Amino acid sequence: MSLLCYHTRMSWPLLYAQLFAVNRHSTSLGKVWLSVLFIFRVMVLVVAAESVWGDEQSDFTCNTLQPGCENVCYDQFFPVSHIRLWCLQLVFVSTPTLLVAMHVAYRNHSDKKRLLQGSGRSGFLSNKSQEEELETLKTRRLPIAGALWWTYACSLVFRLLFEGGFMYALYVVYDGFQMPRLVQCDQWPCPNMVDCFISRPTEKTVFTVFMATASSICIVLNMAELAYLVAKAVTRGFRNSSLSRFEPTRGTQKKERGTEVRGGGEARCWLGDDIDFSCDFWSMDLKPIIQHFRKSSFPLFFNDSFIILLPAQNPVQLFEYLQ
Amino acid sequence: MNWGSFYAVISGVNRHSTGIGRVWLSVIFVFRILVLVVAAESVWGDEKSGFTCNTQQPGCESVCYDQYFPISHIRLWALQLILVSTPALLVAMHVAHRRHIDKKILKRTGRASPKELEHIKNQKFQITGALWWTYMISIVFRIVLEVAFLYIFYLIYPDFKMVRLVKCDSFPCPNTVDCFVSRPTEKTIFTVFMLAVSGVCVLLNLAEVAYLIGRACKRCSRGSEEESQVAWISRGLSSYRQNEINQLIADHPLKSKFTVTKKSPSEKVERCSAF
Repeated sequence: MSLLCYHTRMSWPLLYAQLFAVNRHSTSLGKVWLSVLFIFRVMVLVVAAESVWGDEQSDFTCNTLQPGCENVCYDQFFPVSHIRLWCLQLVFVSTPTLLVAMHVAYRNHSDKKRLLQGSGRSGFLSNKSQEEELETLKTRRLPIAGALWWTYACSLVFRLLFEGGFMYALYVVYDGFQMPRLVQCDQWPCPNMVDCFISRPTEKTVFTVFMATASSICIVLNMAELAYLVAKAVTRGFRNSSLSRFEPTRGTQKKERGTEVRGGGEARCWLGDDIDFSCDFWSMDLKPIIQHFRKSSFPLFFNDSFIILLPAQNPVQLFEYLQ
Repeated sequence: MNWGSFYAVISGVNRHSTGIGRVWLSVIFVFRILVLVVAAESVWGDEKSGFTCNTQQPGCESVCYDQYFPISHIRLWALQLILVSTPALLVAMHVAHRRHIDKKILKRTGRASPKELEHIKNQKFQITGALWWTYMISIVFRIVLEVAFLYIFYLIYPDFKMVRLVKCDSFPCPNTVDCFVSRPTEKTIFTVFMLAVSGVCVLLNLAEVAYLIGRACKRCSRGSEEESQVAWISRGLSSYRQNEINQLIADHPLKSKFTVTKKSPSEKVERCSAF
């Protein structure tokens, strides 16, 4: 961890390249949070704060000639430097986003596997449409629903915990956000009580307050995002319960993942709150069918549902898509 | 992580700025960020180690330095640059939001070909309507932040000139001691330079505000004279698409109320054959 913080100029871009890659799957509040984090915390930390705390130990002077007294007093009043605490805070706070990235990667991987298996078993998918499907798989934006919603909400909760925890730790270790000019120290080997002077206390106070403010803004953004996610899930729950579920009949079997259905069947789909739509059952070649359906009839709007009659002659692989 | 990547983020907004906005961005980069990084940081590098007081009392130098330099010029300028560049991201967010809406509309009308999506990604938006207000607000914020930082600078360092000698008598300095600042003349030169460029940036922003207001007024007066169709054509591409969608919705007003659209068997057969 300390090595990561030591080479700050080299490792932050790596971390943030990862985070920006996950950015596509965040909500808009998440994107704002990432920008605030990057500009007001990482940039300020690297550009400004490190030069202010650079000489914190070398310029820590005690009014004594006793060797070792300065070291001991510095260690007593600065168990962990502000810079290191902020570095750790930023690393910990950025990490839950990688949970979301891992979940998205896992979903893409399993969908890809299904797609390749599906094309292997039913041979009527041409190479071109399979490549197209793979491309859309890679570049699509998953809606935040189902298991992904839980992962995202967990990552938000962890972020909040880490932010709050580190801010509290800073407050407790340094007795507030203000840096005093003078501390009095009587640790061995200092003879009696000596005055020790801290370098640049005002500048350090200004930056501590700035970083604490940026932290609180991030906490507020995260809480707002969590509230938004919960509200979205609640409204989605109300909407889903109002739509009647259709049980496919006529020669279809009960659908599990990857079950092949013979003799045609029906799938009930409805438009979600994004460009994607959810069906009771999902076929890999349902998308071209639905596009054709749209072009030939009328544009579909949010909450419209429609029945897709699957071609009877070619059995298709059906998968459950969204619950 | 350095000013280079920060500049890359900010200059992404460049495509949607006016000409004056681009000049402002170049001034910021060349005359402020570059000068700050290349020159000013080496001038202020030894500001604390070169600050000497005429005393051997331990701690006196620390305290006197802290009293006369509560926050270093370099840090103030760095914060100023970061905060002043940030409102441009408001515009970037608005543009991204517009693109997202356009993409959604395209997909719903079933015309989501890769070519159209690429076109949306590279589309340059006209600064009209809501984007005009966002842009205006971002410029106003820029001006307010610049002036605020100039004022803070004036409060902390009332004189633009850096003195050679300061007299200090805070505890633990015994009596009054003379303290000497390192490189005062060089610091004065750079301070004056940075403040002048700040002033130029404020003037550029004011000019941009005036230009935008002038353009909007011209558009208003032109628009009231011509007929509505011409005004409709001259609007941005996304407005055109919005009209298209509105038309479609108007044609099929009942569709949005359906929860089940079970078709008659004959219609279904028809669709089957269409596959």
